[in-house]
Amino acid sequence: MDKGRVITFLAVSAITAGVVGISANDAQSLGGFISFLTVFITTVAIFAIFALGLNVQWGYTGIFNFGIVAFFMVGAYTSALLTKEPSSSQYVRYVGGLNLAEGLGPLGLDGLTGFVLGALAAAVVSGLVAFLIAIPALRLREDYLAIATIGVAEVFRRIAIEEEGLVNGTRGLTGIPRPLHDLVSPPDYKYVYLAIAVVILFLIFIAIERSARSPWGRVLKAIREDELTTAASGKNIFSFRTQAFVLGAMIMGIGGAVYSANQGAIVPDTFSHFFGTFIIWAMLMVGGSGSNRGAILGAYVVWGFWTVTGLVQPHLPEALEARTSYIRDLLIGLLIIVVLLLRPNGLMGEERRVSLFMRRETNREARRVGAPTRSPEE
Amino acid sequence: MVQAVTSAVARVARIRQDYPQIADAIGGASLWVLFGVLLVVSVIDARQYLVTGIIVGSIIALGAIGITLIYGVLKFAHFAHGDMMMFGAYVALFALVGGGRIGPLSFGWGMIFAIFVAMAVLGVGSIAIDRVVYRPLRQRGSSSVVLAIASLGVAIVLRAIMLLWWGPDQQLYVSGIHPAREFPFDIKLKPDHIFIVATALVLMALVYLLLFRTKMGKAMRAMSDNADLARVAGIDTELVFMWTWVIGGALAAVAGILLGIQSNLKPELGFILLLPLFASAILGGLGSPQGALVGAMIVGISQEVVVGIDLPFPPFGVPGYKPAVAFGILILILLVRPRGLFGRT
Repeated sequence: MDKGRVITFLAVSAITAGVVGISANDAQSLGGFISFLTVFITTVAIFAIFALGLNVQWGYTGIFNFGIVAFFMVGAYTSALLTKEPSSSQYVRYVGGLNLAEGLGPLGLDGLTGFVLGALAAAVVSGLVAFLIAIPALRLREDYLAIATIGVAEVFRRIAIEEEGLVNGTRGLTGIPRPLHDLVSPPDYKYVYLAIAVVILFLIFIAIERSARSPWGRVLKAIREDELTTAASGKNIFSFRTQAFVLGAMIMGIGGAVYSANQGAIVPDTFSHFFGTFIIWAMLMVGGSGSNRGAILGAYVVWGFWTVTGLVQPHLPEALEARTSYIRDLLIGLLIIVVLLLRPNGLMGEERRVSLFMRRETNREARRVGAPTRSPEE
Repeated sequence: MVQAVTSAVARVARIRQDYPQIADAIGGASLWVLFGVLLVVSVIDARQYLVTGIIVGSIIALGAIGITLIYGVLKFAHFAHGDMMMFGAYVALFALVGGGRIGPLSFGWGMIFAIFVAMAVLGVGSIAIDRVVYRPLRQRGSSSVVLAIASLGVAIVLRAIMLLWWGPDQQLYVSGIHPAREFPFDIKLKPDHIFIVATALVLMALVYLLLFRTKMGKAMRAMSDNADLARVAGIDTELVFMWTWVIGGALAAVAGILLGIQSNLKPELGFILLLPLFASAILGGLGSPQGALVGAMIVGISQEVVVGIDLPFPPFGVPGYKPAVAFGILILILLVRPRGLFGRT
C-alpha cells in the first residue's frame, strides 16, 4: 500500500473508533448508542450533500465560493415556506406557507410529495440566485466571485433579520413539516429520516458522477486546467462555468431543504459562516478536491472529528472545557492549511477516470502513461 | 415585452463587447455622477451621516490599501485581512495598560503605546504567516486561487485564537459615556473621531512617502506593474514580499484599533469586514493604493448616508443594511466598470 492509502485508512479508522468508542462509553443503553450514531450519520449525509455541491464548483471547475451558506439558507427557507401551513397568528409573520406537506390530500403521500417539491423548488431558487451572481461576477476573475458570494451570504442574513414579514425575522420558522412522519412513532422517526437523507445523497452522487464523466464534465475539467486552450477549442468558457456554478448551488439548495426538514426549525443565526461555509471547505479539502467519494469521506472525517472532540469535552478539566469549541474552530482552520501544504490531493485525491465508456483498467493505464488531469492544487 | 427586454439587454452587451473603451468611459462617468449626486444630497440633507461616513471611510481605507498592495505585489486576494484587522484591535486591547486621558480624548498614552505594539505584532506576525503558509505554496507554483483558500484557513485560525483568548462577546477599550461636541453646520463629533481621521491621514501620508519616495516603494510598484520584468531587473522579490506584509499588517492593525475606538471589538466582525474592504479596493481598482483610498471614502460615505436617509423602501433608513450597500456598490462596479475607477485595463 502506498503512503496515501495508509493515511486515509488510519484517519478513517481513528475517527470511527473515536465516535463509536466514546459514544458507546457515554450511552446509557444500546438504544441510546444506536440513536446517537443515527443522528451522526444523518448529519454527515447532509454535510456531504453540501460538499458534493462545492466539489462541482471548486473540484471540477475551479470556481471558488466562499458563501456556501447563502445557498444553504435560500434552500432551507424556500422549502420551509413551501411545505409549512400559512401563519395563523399575527405574531408569526412569513410569506408563502403553501402547505404542500399537508394540503395535497391523498397525493401528499404523508408529506413526501411536498418535501420533494420543496427540495426541487429550493434547488431552482438557489440556482437562480447563483445565476444572478454569475452574470456580474463569474465573467471576471475568480476572486471577484468569492467576494460576491460572501456579500450575498451577509445580505441574505440581514434581509432575513430586518424584513420581519418575510421569514419571521430573528424568531425564525418552527414546525417545518417532516416527510413520512406518520410511518413510525416520533422517537423512531430519526431512522426514517436517515434513510431519506442517505437516499438523496446517493441520488446526487450518482447524478454528478455520471455528469463528471460525460463530455460536459470533461469540458469543466479542461477549463480548470487550461482556460485558453479550452476556449480555443470553441467552448464558451463563461457559459460552462456558469452552468457548473449553478448546478453546484442547486445541490447546496437541496442540502438546505434536507437540513431544514431534519431540524424542524430554523433561525437566521443557524446560517453562520462557520457551519455554512468554513467547515464544508475543510471537508472537501480533507477528502480531496475533484473526487465525489472524497467529498463524502471528507464530510465523514471532519464531522467525525467534530463529534469526537465534542464528546471528549465533558471529560476535560473545567478550564479547558469552556474553550473546547474554539479549539475545534482553530483545528478546522489548521486542517485546511495543513492539507494544502502537505497533501494537496486530500485523502482520496482526484480519480483519474476519463470517460464512462472506458473500462477502469484503461483509465488506470491512462494514468500510468500520462495522466490527463491534474488536481487543482498542482 | 419580455422579448423586447432580453433583446435590449443583448444589444447593450453586444455594444459593450464591440466598443470596450466607450463602455468603460460611460461606466466610469456614470459612477462618478452617481457618487457626486450622493455627495450633494448628503451635504444638503445628511451632513451628520456624511461626517460619520468620512470617519468610517478613513478606517476602511487603511485596510483596503493593505488588500490592494497585497493583491498587486503577491497577486492573490487576501481573505484573512478582516480578521487581521480585528486581531490587531485585540492585541491593542491586551497591550493597553493604564487609564488616563490625553486632552479631550477618551484614552491615554497607553493607547498610543498599544497601537505601536499591535503594529509591530501584526507586521512581524504577517511575515511569520507568510513564511509558514504562503511561501511554500508560492515556491510550489500554486495558483492565486490556492493562496486565497489558504488565506481563508488563516482567517479561521486567527478568528479562533481571538475567540479562545478574548471570548465571543463584544468589548470596549474604554467604557463610559463620552459626550459629543457641537460643531458648525449641525454636526456633532467626539474628539476620538478627529483622532481617528487624523491618525488615518498621517499613516496614509507615510504610505505615500514610502511608495513614491523610497527605493523599496519603487520596487513594490514595479512588482505590481510587472512581476517578471521586476525580477529580471534584479529586484529581490522575497524582500519586497516581506515589506508588503509588514505594511499591510501594520495598517490592518491600526485600522482594527480605530474601528474598536469608533465602535467596539468582536471576533465575528472580521470576516464580514471583507465586504467593504474588497468593495473599496475593487472600486478604486485593485493594485492602486490611491484608488483604494477614494474607493473606501465612497463606500464609507454611501454606507452611512444610505442608511441615514429615511426613504420608505430598503436599504434606506435601516442600519442593518450597511453591508448590503457595500455589496450593491461591488456588483455595480463589476457590471459597469470592472477595472475600477483608477485601475489599469
